[in-house]
This record gives sequence, structure tokens and C-alpha cells, in this order.
Amino acid sequence: MTIEHVHGELWTLKELFTYPNEFIYWTVHIAIYPYLTGLVAGAFVLSSLYHVFGKQELKPVAKFSLIFSFALLIMAPQPLLLFHLTQPQRSFNVFFTPHFYSAIAAFGVVFSTYMAIVAVEIWFAYRKFIVEQAMTRKGIMRLIYKAMTLGSYDVSEKALHTDERAIKFLAAIGIPAACFLHGYVGFIFGSVKSVAFWFTPLMPVIFLMSAIVSGVALCIFTYIIAMKLMKREIDIAATRSMGQVLAWFMIVAFTLELLDIVSHGYAAKKDWEILSTIIFDRFAFNIFALQWGLGMVVPMILLFLPGLTIRRAFISSALVLMGVFMMRWNVVIGGQSMSKSLAGYMTYKMPVIPYNIETFREGLVAVIFLLVMPFVLLWLFDRILPVFKNQGAGH
Amino acid sequence: MKHSRRDFLKLGFITLAGVTLPLSAFELLTPEALATIKKGNGKRWAFVLDTTKCIGCGMCVKACKLENEIPFEANVSRTWVERYVELKNGEVLIDSPKEGRYGYIKNDPQGRNIKEEDIAKGFFVCKLCNQCEKPSCVQVCPVGATYKTPDGVILIDRKWCIGCGYCIQNCPYGARFFHPVYNTAEKCTFCYHRITKGMNSACVDACAFGARKIGNINDPNSEVHRIVNTERVMVLKPEYGNKPMVFYVGHDSIVR
Ligand code: SF4
Ligand code: SF4
Repeated sequence: MTIEHVHGELWTLKELFTYPNEFIYWTVHIAIYPYLTGLVAGAFVLSSLYHVFGKQELKPVAKFSLIFSFALLIMAPQPLLLFHLTQPQRSFNVFFTPHFYSAIAAFGVVFSTYMAIVAVEIWFAYRKFIVEQAMTRKGIMRLIYKAMTLGSYDVSEKALHTDERAIKFLAAIGIPAACFLHGYVGFIFGSVKSVAFWFTPLMPVIFLMSAIVSGVALCIFTYIIAMKLMKREIDIAATRSMGQVLAWFMIVAFTLELLDIVSHGYAAKKDWEILSTIIFDRFAFNIFALQWGLGMVVPMILLFLPGLTIRRAFISSALVLMGVFMMRWNVVIGGQSMSKSLAGYMTYKMPVIPYNIETFREGLVAVIFLLVMPFVLLWLFDRILPVFKNQGAGH
Repeated sequence: MKHSRRDFLKLGFITLAGVTLPLSAFELLTPEALATIKKGNGKRWAFVLDTTKCIGCGMCVKACKLENEIPFEANVSRTWVERYVELKNGEVLIDSPKEGRYGYIKNDPQGRNIKEEDIAKGFFVCKLCNQCEKPSCVQVCPVGATYKTPDGVILIDRKWCIGCGYCIQNCPYGARFFHPVYNTAEKCTFCYHRITKGMNSACVDACAFGARKIGNINDPNSEVHRIVNTERVMVLKPEYGNKPMVFYVGHDSIVR
């Protein structure tokens, strides 16, 4: 047998007593995966606030956030499928033999259902636009739009009205689906009984709330940048409204995260002795300064102060995005940083410069790819379905 | 051709139903359920580790690595030996350098120089997969690539494992790792390929001191049955509810 490196060894430092087979097996990609999934949920909820609950101020960003959530949705499972699995070519086994006792097994079903809902909703929202393009455009674009009409050219008043009802319906069932999708991602961690930091029934709710927070923040962030780039006017009412949604969800998210740590500490079970050193020592800066201080408290103050300006909204959304990413990181990496022996530590060193396939797949290059791709997809979609214009049905 | 919105919705729902139905046609056979269908002949493999006999020579680790084709120099192992040293001042030092494969020949726990008169007690504890009755590793595998056999051993299908690492996370004992060559989840199988042919596990044969015993716990004539039923034994981390099937003689509260 040839001697190969052990999976996990290249980026794990071990201290004191850890079991020999223990390494950081779930790396940065497992932090990015719930991060992207969370952004999907948040962006979708934002667009639904307009479509279902009629929050009129959100009209200018409703379509944009819908399309953005689709772009994010495409990328969400990629950290797992492309980079994390040691046998990526077998990922379809999840469809062939789903073992539904496992939280990951339901992923295929939940994910495809949600994908279908979002795709169909987008189709309805842009149907009028697609039909118009199919009639007026020339050449290859004409063909593309023609195909996208799916044979439906009826844009009468009555038909558009039906469209609107369909959108409303889809947006409405999309909300529980989005909540389910993300609550379930939280359960992937919350159900692991051998990792003390993960094992809490609060986990799905915590993940869901921070998901919504991050998604709304990303919409604010991208909306402002996109408008600046296109030299268009930023809709201050829409921005303020998004800021408000963000702030209220942040209160819930913050409360839950606090509650989680307090209850771990109060129960002070066997693992608390070492878990507390993770929280209050090794990850203290990450949790208290980055995740909570800069990522929660500061933006909350900025958002709640009266007279929200564009600049303030922008800064808070950027901080929130950083904060939620840190939350994912702290949960995923922090949870694995304490040995299951409760007598040792592991430190994760993310590979920066790749020098073999392993460090490429698990390193910074892959991370950058994953985080940039949603924006590339958004840009691509914008070529076909204008995200920032308001034509089409649903209004 | 002109479609009305109603037609489209109808079509949509039919498609959706069409996609969902075949999915539900997959019968939800959990590996556990499969095992009860096949019904074993009442056999249940179990292991006894007598820590009072272990001298920390590491022969079991060597034998295991060779038998089960785990690259010898790789820093993972299906079985390993831990050293526990409790000092008179109450400090506990634990280590398992190179999984104990080279044996413990120096008095250097955690690389420290310890005076013999400072030591209150010291001993070795071998670890391996506990072939749990309620294996939390099997529970979380998304594709059912790891499963329990009718006679109680947990196996992994190297041809089906997708390498998500979920099972590794959910084993409270750190028994699992990724095989350095096959890149799939890997762990001790009690040498299933040997015990089902009437042989002992490789580590059991390699131990010159009789610290390791394998047997059918339901067979009244087996040594494992006798020890578990007549002596005071302990399992590791019972609080996780996994119901481990590796029993320890001479257990101590400092064991992790
Ligand atoms: S010891 Fe770990 S790997 Fe072995 S059966 Fe139990 S949970 Fe699974
Ligand atoms: S690593 Fe393999 S055996 Fe383990 S849970 Fe994933 S697919 Fe199953």
C-alpha cells in the first residue's frame, strides 16, 4: 500500500490529547454551504414580503431578490458537491438510496422542491417580458425567449391577473419551503450528538434566523452596489424598508444565539469545561468581537437610529454579512475544535496556496470561486431577465 | 398552440406529482430494518478488553494495520492504544503517539519527562470501533453506505460511500476516519472477514497477553459471554446511548 496523506491532516493542528483519528473533517466549505443556503432563504423571504404581504416599498427590489435567490440556490450545494465530498462522482447516490434517517439525505428532495418553486415563480413574474421579447427580438435571442415562453403567449389582462395570483401563491408556499430548507440545514448540525457545540434543538431556529438576516443584508448590499455601478438612483424607501426587516430579524437571531450559549453554560454538562474554553478563549474574539459585536450590535444600532441613510444601510449590511459568515465559521470550525475526548484541541489552518489537489479543493481558491459565482450568475441572468426593471406581470 | 394559464398549472402539478411518486416508490428500508428481515442466527459479536493485562506494546495496532491494509505510516488506525498517567498532584496525562503502533517504551507521556515517584497510577487502554447496538454513525449516513450486519458488526461499503464525513462526526468515540487510499469512510470491523470464517480478529491473535477477546456474546460457552456476565465490566461513554459492544475490564474514571 502506498503511503498517502490522511484526509484532514494537512490543515489540522492537534494539541494535548485528541483521538488519533480525529481531524477537522468538515472545513470551510461546510461553513460556506449553510451560508449560501441562508442567503437564498433571506433573499426569497424579502421578495415574498412584497408579493405576499404587499409591502409596497419593497417593489423595486422584489424581482431582484427573487432572481438573486435563484442564483444563490444554484451555488448553495456546490461547496458540498464540488469540493467537500471525497467521492464527488457518487453524489447522485443520495437520490438512488436516500437513507431518510440522515439529515443530509433529505437534501435532494427539499432542495429540488424549493428550486422548482423559485424557478416557476420567476417564470410567472417575467412572463409578460418574455413574450414581448419573443415577439420583438431577432436571431438567437428570439429563439431563447421563444423557448422560455413554453408556448404560452397569452398576455391579456385576464391572463396576467392569473399570473399574479400564481406568483402570490408560489411566494406564499415558498416561505415555509425556505424556512424548511434552512431549518433543515440547521438540523444537520443540531442532530450530531457527539459534537457538544452543535447538539441543541435550538440549532435549526438559530440557523433560520441568521439565514434571513444574512439574505436581507446581501440584498441591501448588492442592490446599493448595483445601483451605484449602473449610476441609477437608489430607492431610499426600499432601502429603509429592507433595513427595518433586517433589524427586526436581527433581534430574534441575536436573542437565540445568546440563549444557546447561556443554556450550554447554565446546564454545564460534562463537556462544558472544555466547551467554555472554546467559547470564552479560543473563539472569544471570533464570537464576541466579530460575530456579535461588529456583526450584530453595531449594525443593529446603525439600523435603529432614526433617519437611516444609504451609507449607514450599506455599512450595516456589510457588517451583518461578515457577522453571519463568522457565525457559520464559529459553529462549524469551533464545534470541531474541541476533541471528542474532551481533553484536547484541534486548530484549523485553511490552505491558502494550493500545492496539490487536496489543498486546491479545500482551500482559499475554491472559497473565492464559491463566493464570487452567485454574483456572476446574477449578472448572467440580468442579461436575459432584467433584474432591476419593473416590467412584466406581478405589479 | 395556445395554452391557458389553467392548462399550464395543471400540467405543472401533474409533472410535480409524476416526479414525486417514483421517489416515494423507494421503500424506506433502513439498514437496521434490513437486518431484522434477514434475521441473524442469534449471533452477536462482542469484544472484551482487559486493560489490566495490556502492557502497551502496540502489537495489536501493527497487526491491524497490516491485516486491514491501512498504510502503516498513515496517522490513522482502526484500533489504537492510549496511555493514561495520573500524577500524585492529580494531573492526568493522556496520549497516543502514532496510535501506539510502535509501543510505549519510554516514560514520556505527552512528551514530558515524568519522575517515576510522581506517578500515582498509569495504564493503557485499547480502543476500536464499539460495533454499537445503536450506531449513531449508521443513523446519519445519507446514502446507507454504512450498515449493521445481522450479527451486529457495522460495515462500510467502499463502493457506495460518497465521503461526506457525516458518520465520522457522529461517532462519539473517534473510531472513524477516511481511508488514505480509498478515500472513503473507514473503521474497525472486528476483522469481519476473519471472524465469519471461524478465525479471531487479527489484533486478538497478535496480543501476547490475552488483553483482547472476541466472541459471540449470546453463546453461553464463549469467554466473552462469561466475562461480561460474571465480571464487573464497563463500556465507554454510555451517556450517548449507543450501547457499545466493547466491554472493558479494569475501567477507570479518567478514561476518555
Ligand atoms: S463506535 Fe462509532 S463507528 Fe463504531 S459503531 Fe459505534 S458509533 Fe459507529
Ligand atoms: S462518509 Fe460515507 S459512510 Fe460515512 S456518512 Fe458519508 S457516505 Fe455514509
